[in-house]
Amino acid sequence: MNVGLEKEAKLELIGVSEGSAKEAKLELIGVSKSYRRDRKRHPVLDRLSLRVGEGEFVTLIGPSGSGKSTLFRLIGGVELPDEGSIRIDGKETNGKRGLIGYMPQQASLFPWLSVAANVSSALTTAGIEAGEAKRLAAEWLRRIDLGDVAGEYPHVLSGGMQQRVSFLRALLMPRAVMCLDEPFAALDALTRAEMQAWLLRLWEEERRSVLFVTHSIEEALTLSDRIYVLSRAPARILKEIRVPLPRPRRGDVWKEPAFVALKEEIMGLLGEGTSP
Amino acid sequence: MASKIRRALLPAGTLIAFVLLWQAVCSAFEVGPYVLPAPWTIASYMADNAARLWDQLSFTLLLALKGIGLGVAIGIAAALLFHLIPGVRAALSPIIIITQNIPTIALGPLLIVWFGFGLAPKLILLALVCFFPVAWSMLAGLGQAAPHLREYMAMIGASRWEVLRRLELPASLPSFFTGLKLTATYGVTAAIVAEWLGSSEGIGHYIVLKSKGYDTTGVFAAIVCIVALALAFYGAAVLLERLVIRWRPGTSNAAAGKRRDAA
Repeated sequence: MNVGLEKEAKLELIGVSEGSAKEAKLELIGVSKSYRRDRKRHPVLDRLSLRVGEGEFVTLIGPSGSGKSTLFRLIGGVELPDEGSIRIDGKETNGKRGLIGYMPQQASLFPWLSVAANVSSALTTAGIEAGEAKRLAAEWLRRIDLGDVAGEYPHVLSGGMQQRVSFLRALLMPRAVMCLDEPFAALDALTRAEMQAWLLRLWEEERRSVLFVTHSIEEALTLSDRIYVLSRAPARILKEIRVPLPRPRRGDVWKEPAFVALKEEIMGLLGEGTSP
Repeated sequence: MASKIRRALLPAGTLIAFVLLWQAVCSAFEVGPYVLPAPWTIASYMADNAARLWDQLSFTLLLALKGIGLGVAIGIAAALLFHLIPGVRAALSPIIIITQNIPTIALGPLLIVWFGFGLAPKLILLALVCFFPVAWSMLAGLGQAAPHLREYMAMIGASRWEVLRRLELPASLPSFFTGLKLTATYGVTAAIVAEWLGSSEGIGHYIVLKSKGYDTTGVFAAIVCIVALALAFYGAAVLLERLVIRWRPGTSNAAAGKRRDAA
C-alpha cells in the first residue's frame, strides 16, 4: 500500500502533467544509474522520469554521451537501474526482458537470413507462431514496397532500405512500446529526410507508442508529440516540450513558425546543458 | 568463368612442368626405379595394379570418413559445451592441449596395446587428431558473433537458445569450415598413420608392405593415391562450405551497400 502512496507522491514531485498514469504504456519514475570505473562512481542517469502514453510519439534529445543508450538498456531489461522504477503497461518491469520492440542505430539484420526471414524470426521471438509470422512479414514487406527483395540477403539492400526492414521488424512485434535508438544517424542527409517522411507516414497510420532517441532537433520536432530535452551526463530532464504542430504532418513541417520557435528554444536548452 | 580458368592455368602449368622435368631427369640420367621411379613408370604401375590399389584406397577412404565424421561430431559438441559452460573450457583445455602435443607415432602403439588391433584404436587416433581444429576454430567463431547483433537480441528479449540458434551458430560457420578444411587433410594423414601402425588393409598398410620389399614404385603409387584422397577431401569441404555459406559474411551494417537504393 505504501508503494502506491509513494508513487503518487513521486508523480506529484516530478509534475506528471498529461493524462493519468493508468494509460501510460511506458513510464520511468526516478530512474538513476551509475557505473563504476577505476573505483570512481560515474553517474549516467540522475532521477529520470518520463512517460509515453498510448499511441504517443515521444522523443528524447540530448547531447551525445548523455546516457540515452543506457536508458534504453534499462528499459529493455538488459541492465538494472540503481534506483527508481520502470513500468510497462502499468507493471514494474525492472530487469525484465522481451517487453519492447527495438530498432537500433545500425540496422542489425542477420546477414544469413533473407529479408523476410529477418522480419519473421523477430516475430517468433515475440511469441507469434511461425506460419503467422511468415505471412505477416510477406504481407508487410509488400505493403512497404519491399516485396521484390523479400527473398534476398540483406547485404543487397541500401542503408535506407535496411533501416526500413529494421523498423518494420520493430513495428510488427506485438509489444507495448517501440524504442528507436537514433535509427537514422548513420544515413546520409538525403536518405535521412526521406526516411523521416516515410516513418512519419507509416506511424501516423499505425499510431504505436514510440520512444525515440535522436541528436537532431529537426528530426525530433518533425516526428514527435512530445520531446524531453536531456542534460549532459548525468542526464536529467531539462524540459518537457509539447509539439503543437497538427497531424498528419508533412516533410515540410519545418517551414512553420512554431517549428522554428521550438527549434530555437531547444537549441538554447542544449547550449545551457552543455556549458559548465 | 574465363578469369577463373586463367587463374587456374598458372599453378596447373607449374605442376605439369614439374612432372615433365622429373620424367626428363629420370630418362636422361637413367635413375633406377628403386631410387626414384619416373612419372610414367608410376602411372603404368598404377594402371597394372588398379584393382588392388582401389581396394586399399577404398578401405582407407572408409576409415578416414568414419574418423573424420566422429572427430567433427566430437569437435562440434566440444565447441558447444565449452561455449555454453565457460568453466568447462578452463578446466579441460590443458588436457586437450596435451593430447594434441603427443605425437601420433607414440600414441598409436599405446592405443593398440590398450584397445587391440580392431577398429577402435584407429578411430580413437583419428578422432583425437580430427576434433581439435574443428572444436577450436568453431569455439572462436561462436564467441565472435557481431556485438551489435548480440545487443539487438538481448534488447528484444531473445532466449539463450534463440541467441545460439539464430546468431552464434550461423556466425560460427565460416570458422567451422576453416577447421573442417584442416581436419579433412589431417584426417587422411592420420588414417594412413593408423593403418601403418596396425592393420592388414588400406593404403597405409600397402606402403609398409612395399617399402619393406624395396618396391619404390609401389610406394610412390600409394603416395599418389593418398595425395589424391586428401585433395578430394579438401575439395569436398570447400564445396560444402560454398553450398552452406551463401550470404556474404561479416557485413550487415548500413555501410554495406549503396547499390540498390529505393527508387
